[in-house]
Amino acid sequence: MMALRDNGPLLEVEGLTQKYGHQIGCEDVHFSLYPGEVLGIVGESGSGKSTLLRCASGLMQPTAGTVRFDTRVDGLQDIYALSEAERRMLMRTDWGIIFQNARDGLRMNVSAGANVGERLMAVGERHYGSIRDVSSEWLEKVEMDLGRMDDLPRTFSGGMQQRLQIARNLVTKPRLVFMDEPTSGLDVSVQARLLDLVRGLVRQLGIACIIVTHDLGVVRLLSDRLMVMRRGRVVEQGLTDQVLDDPQHAYTQLLVSSILPV
Amino acid sequence: MSMTQEAQPWQAPEHDKPVEQVEGYNFAYLDEQTKRMIRRAILKGVAIPGYQVPFGSREMPLPYGWGTGGMQVTAAVIGENDTLKVIDQGADDTTNAVNIRRFFAKTAGVATTEKTSDASLIQTRHRIPEKPLTDDQILIYQVPIPEPLRWVEPRETETRKMHALEEYGVMHVSLYESIARFGRITTAYNYPVQVNGRYIMAPSPIPKFDNPKMHQMAALQLFGAGREKRIYAVPPYTDVKSLDFEDHPFTIQSWEENCALCGADDSYLDEVITDDAGGKMYVCSDSDYCAERREAGHVGDQGEPQTPAQKGAAE
Repeated sequence: MMALRDNGPLLEVEGLTQKYGHQIGCEDVHFSLYPGEVLGIVGESGSGKSTLLRCASGLMQPTAGTVRFDTRVDGLQDIYALSEAERRMLMRTDWGIIFQNARDGLRMNVSAGANVGERLMAVGERHYGSIRDVSSEWLEKVEMDLGRMDDLPRTFSGGMQQRLQIARNLVTKPRLVFMDEPTSGLDVSVQARLLDLVRGLVRQLGIACIIVTHDLGVVRLLSDRLMVMRRGRVVEQGLTDQVLDDPQHAYTQLLVSSILPV
Repeated sequence: MSMTQEAQPWQAPEHDKPVEQVEGYNFAYLDEQTKRMIRRAILKGVAIPGYQVPFGSREMPLPYGWGTGGMQVTAAVIGENDTLKVIDQGADDTTNAVNIRRFFAKTAGVATTEKTSDASLIQTRHRIPEKPLTDDQILIYQVPIPEPLRWVEPRETETRKMHALEEYGVMHVSLYESIARFGRITTAYNYPVQVNGRYIMAPSPIPKFDNPKMHQMAALQLFGAGREKRIYAVPPYTDVKSLDFEDHPFTIQSWEENCALCGADDSYLDEVITDDAGGKMYVCSDSDYCAERREAGHVGDQGEPQTPAQKGAAE
């Protein structure tokens, strides 16, 4: 961990505030994310998790505060000060965004292979054969049956759609992946397999990751650090085990004690 | 109202209003302000090849989808000394072509022709003439859907952004999809092109056979979409490249047969069913090209040597 930190943060969020009129989405959020690190964000519904994720991932300009990303060429840059062209380029090369609902992240009317290949074509790959090779390689990595490569995603199960979404995002080898409730809506055994897959890929490729979830089991399994949010504010943050095993804030204590024993 | 024959010669008017044409209309139907507005859109389109310029499309006396965009562009650029040719699917004698030609003969009193080489303006639906055009001609396309990205991205705000930021990856996604499913690119008409190395453009539903003709064409190419209210253009001698993959290059249609009437082996052929027993023949879709070849003495398998005067009787 210390060795990574010497390289400086990959993403730096300072004083991030998003207001919807008088309503607070999230307020005064600070954090840094280092290469290869997995950050979990937990909290109840309406606590500002998704707002924070949208602001940090360039989908929504925050009311105040900065989001800076360590770009490959120019170093740390405020992503909202970049031109829209540069920001969108960043989003489809160095970043991945995995949505809760796979339908938001996939093109439902083109085949699985084309979904995975889209990013490659967007960055200028024009050789059908090699696009197909890379696509099938990635479909294998997410444990998909290659026989389904030319099928439409709408014929897939929820778990398969989610795995396809992961392949589609990782194909350009991003350095940072945002995940918004990646496992909710899947049944428990599929969740476990997906989490196992994500954990493997993230460790193997050294991808930094921000995972928003309300499922403490997910963060326990995946994340190195944890942020607990409530009413738009971060109430507690620290190493995952530390926060979950020795919660300090009253709300975190409530959250941890609310897990139903099996 | 006096209905005049289209063949009557045009005489210079005293004012704006021509004498010989149908009364009560301005020259070429549209009023001068509208024509100015359309000309501005055309100039902008020529300045930015392939860029879709919005314009205030007017109601025309025929339904959307029948060439209202092309007609408005024609009305804006046509002059008294122009000679107009109108083709529909390559033919000069189909309903759409005949009606639009008559419309301008009546409202502008201009000379009309079926000969590609005699025309200064050619309004077309779904074809480019086989005979190469020259730099003193203008080709005007009727366009139903001007947005090439429409089928992959239904949101207009998003497609505009994609054009602005040159995000054209999805265009190749649709080509990929076609190869994955059928083993080759199956898009046969309205095949997307990149103009001048920048904008992706819908060439209107011409067969991909005609795409190579757009590249470095000597004539000015104007595109009008009436319902969608867009005008775009390709200036003379501009690069127009059909999209493809390195290992699946762009190809045009080819036929094993030659034209049954004129024997041409280099033109776009229509399949014509001749009986209920599976009989068919292939003929040139470009009726003028076919007729000229037959006049020059070329005869196909099922053709008969023809006299030059035979054409035009249908009108």
